[in-house]
Amino acid sequence: MCTTFHRTGQALPALRDVSFSVSQGEVLGLVGESGSGKSVTLRSIIGLARRYGNVTGQVRWQGRDLVGMPDRALRQIQGREIAMIFQEPMTSLNPLLTVGLQLEETLHAHTDLSKVARRDRAIEMLNLVGIPSAKQRLKDYPHQFSGGMRQRVMIAIALAATPKLLLADEPTTALDVTIQAQILDLILQLAQDMDMGVVLVTHDLGVVAQTCDNVAVMYAGRIVEQGPVRGVLKHPRHPYTVGLMRSVPENLPPRTSLYSVPGVPPSLDALPRGCAFAPRCAACVASCEQDRPPLSLITEGRQVACFNPVTNEQGNAA
Amino acid sequence: MSDAIFTPTQPTFMQRALRKPGFVAGLLIIGFSIMLAVFPGVFAPYDPNAIDYLALRQPPSWAHPFGTDLLGRDSLSRVIWAYQVNMQMAVFGTVFALVTGVIIGALVGYYRGIADLIFGRIVDAVITFPFLVLVIAVVAVLGPGLVNMYIAISVVYWVYYARLMRGEVIAQMGNDYAAAGIVMGYSDRRIIFRHLLPNAITPVIVYWMTDMALVILLGSSLGYLGLGAQPPQSEWGVLIAEGRNFISTAWWLSLMPGIAIVVTGLGFSLLGDGLADLLRPRG
Amino acid sequence: MSSLTYIFKRLFLMIPTFFLVMVIIFLLVRMLPGDPAIAMAGDRASDADIQAIRERLGLTQPMVVQFWLFLSNTVQGDLGRSILMRSDVTTVIVDRLPITVFLTVYSVVLSLLIAGPLAFVAALNRGRWPDAVIRTVFQVGLSMPVFYIGLVLLTFLAAQLRLFPVGGYGDTFGERLYHLFLPSVTVALYTSAIIMRNLRSAIIEVLDAEYVQFARAKGLPARLILGRHVLRNALISTVTLLGLSIGNLMSGTLVTETVFAVPGMGRLMLEAIFARDYPLIQGLTLTFALLVSLVFLMTDLFQSRLDPRMRLQ
Repeated sequence: MCTTFHRTGQALPALRDVSFSVSQGEVLGLVGESGSGKSVTLRSIIGLARRYGNVTGQVRWQGRDLVGMPDRALRQIQGREIAMIFQEPMTSLNPLLTVGLQLEETLHAHTDLSKVARRDRAIEMLNLVGIPSAKQRLKDYPHQFSGGMRQRVMIAIALAATPKLLLADEPTTALDVTIQAQILDLILQLAQDMDMGVVLVTHDLGVVAQTCDNVAVMYAGRIVEQGPVRGVLKHPRHPYTVGLMRSVPENLPPRTSLYSVPGVPPSLDALPRGCAFAPRCAACVASCEQDRPPLSLITEGRQVACFNPVTNEQGNAA
Repeated sequence: MSDAIFTPTQPTFMQRALRKPGFVAGLLIIGFSIMLAVFPGVFAPYDPNAIDYLALRQPPSWAHPFGTDLLGRDSLSRVIWAYQVNMQMAVFGTVFALVTGVIIGALVGYYRGIADLIFGRIVDAVITFPFLVLVIAVVAVLGPGLVNMYIAISVVYWVYYARLMRGEVIAQMGNDYAAAGIVMGYSDRRIIFRHLLPNAITPVIVYWMTDMALVILLGSSLGYLGLGAQPPQSEWGVLIAEGRNFISTAWWLSLMPGIAIVVTGLGFSLLGDGLADLLRPRG
Repeated sequence: MSSLTYIFKRLFLMIPTFFLVMVIIFLLVRMLPGDPAIAMAGDRASDADIQAIRERLGLTQPMVVQFWLFLSNTVQGDLGRSILMRSDVTTVIVDRLPITVFLTVYSVVLSLLIAGPLAFVAALNRGRWPDAVIRTVFQVGLSMPVFYIGLVLLTFLAAQLRLFPVGGYGDTFGERLYHLFLPSVTVALYTSAIIMRNLRSAIIEVLDAEYVQFARAKGLPARLILGRHVLRNALISTVTLLGLSIGNLMSGTLVTETVFAVPGMGRLMLEAIFARDYPLIQGLTLTFALLVSLVFLMTDLFQSRLDPRMRLQ
């Protein structure tokens, strides 16, 4: 899948050759720095990106391709089979409409339930995500809820029509640390109960380690490494993954300076010819600046896009 | 979608400006207007006051592209000479309000307190009047005429500049560099005029451009109503008013000067929009 | 907070503003050149007559007393006598007020009818040709002074094609709609340019808002997304903008009344200024200010009806 945005006649390739799959009940983590294309990936899958740019390639969903699908047909999948929750609970709910209406309109679009049944289902959903006195709160407006509660409301709305796949775009980043864990647990619990696949976008490797089955690391619009969580986090092969992991402050003695990957990511209108990470890479070899390393299978289930991947021993040391 | 990362390939201000057709068009229109205003004699085909009793109220022709007026004067030449007055409006009708507004706005925004409270009431009171009603009331006090019109516009308009400036200064005060200046023990004057003002002034300058267009429209409206420039001075509003009673027989008298207003107004607003676009922080 | 308490609170806040408005009007009129007593008395009046008028108007009193008189008379609805119209200012204004209000409301309705749909078309086609065409046309419209738009319409539609009357007002509602159509279109063409511009960016902002993205991701029909999620939010900024531009709009009606010879308050204002009829100028200016604050108040109330976030504050 590729997604390109255009700005004043200039093409900005936000995503190139991103490819992964999620199966029922699986939780896939998508990690990377901000601007690496994680959000765009989700928006390309669910068809939000097509209004802003050009999406090419394929998004295969139960044997059908979503990229070429007309808007009308796509709406039967959005919300009903694939749902998405956003990062900002403050801005993702319409401030002028009651929470009840925003919940029921999803049900109205995707189910044949009667008005009364929709209301019952709405109350059931709010109960399910842990909102107290759900019945009364249906007629409240979003600003009458706290951030964490709003995020729960958003989850309730997204899951109301029992989708098969949930796309979660940094669902906990905007929340207080204490509430983050609750919301994550809620998402995972519901995913398990509903046997739903989840793509979890995050920049928090700790979250990935705790919650995901598989992980894909993104850099400058491409996947640079992917595989099972245990493998990738234990033995990272791509130098960028190594850098990401080193920048997580863990078990460090006091007063050690924090590590960060040196340099800044390239801007989309000035991508280097070879590997996009080469200018920041310590293990860069001559071919890295000439050609772009393809994402290739290294061991069972592990794919890495690097000419000079880190060996297991080095990975351990990191 | 892209993060704001500075790369050497970033085009310069001029390069970006020249890529915007609207901005370039505005620049050309205003440049040419200034030329006409400074050297009307070079461009006008006739003496604007030369009376020709043999060519009264002639419709547009090759000899007189905009026709002639009631006294046989060449309309095109009169429209061109009017550039002097109308372009002058864009400057004198705005500069005093701009300077006073910026200074008062900066002071009020910096010191707040009681002065800010009073200022708030003044703003409320002034925006309660329809703008034109207040301006013509002041013109009525001072008497019709160009200079009095400038005074009237400035007396009312500084409030709008001051309000904008105040808001910007308060926004800038929230930045660390302002706090740093205070901590460093700089004098108030230094903080306001050396640090806050240059940072806060961008939107005011953009507004100034649009305001110039507005003042040309306003000035010609007052001229039309008989409260601005006075005949026999060549001014677009006055010219249009002169032709008003002959609209069914000599339509060109009123319609031609209007084209000059529209084109010049468009020039200023294109320039303002382009500038706003160029100066907007990119992220 | 109930809307009644809100209205009272809002009205209370208007008192200091209006005090200042009165001060401005009072000072302006006292600075008018010439002696109003001489103007009122006419050419053949004796010095004694003039002195008598002066005393009757309170002009011999100190300024503060004069201001107090002005204030208390105004509150009682007494705005003095018009020299020009030889009648009570209040009567004259009450007579002309409906015409100007009619014209203003008519212009607002027309501006919304022009700007609303076009702003939607432009915003939905952002960056494509319909957007470019609409924006260019309105940019030109914004550079046209109201009196010029009026003259052009008058020349072609009224004088040449005889589609509309050249002036006047009419008696029945239908006649008024017909007579005031061109004057209202004149104002509407100018104000719709302002509204279109702002409404377009407001709609674009709403279209890009996260909650609209979320609504799309929910798979709602396009009609519902536009009608329920986009329109309602865009309406709030339209109302705010209309409220703020009311001063502009009324300035426009003042000019348009002069161009089309509509016997409203704006035209009267100009006549009063040329006749140095100071009680009338005073009364008209005050009435204009009252109208504008009334619109500000209505805007606030409407906003708090539309936006639940403002209802609770």
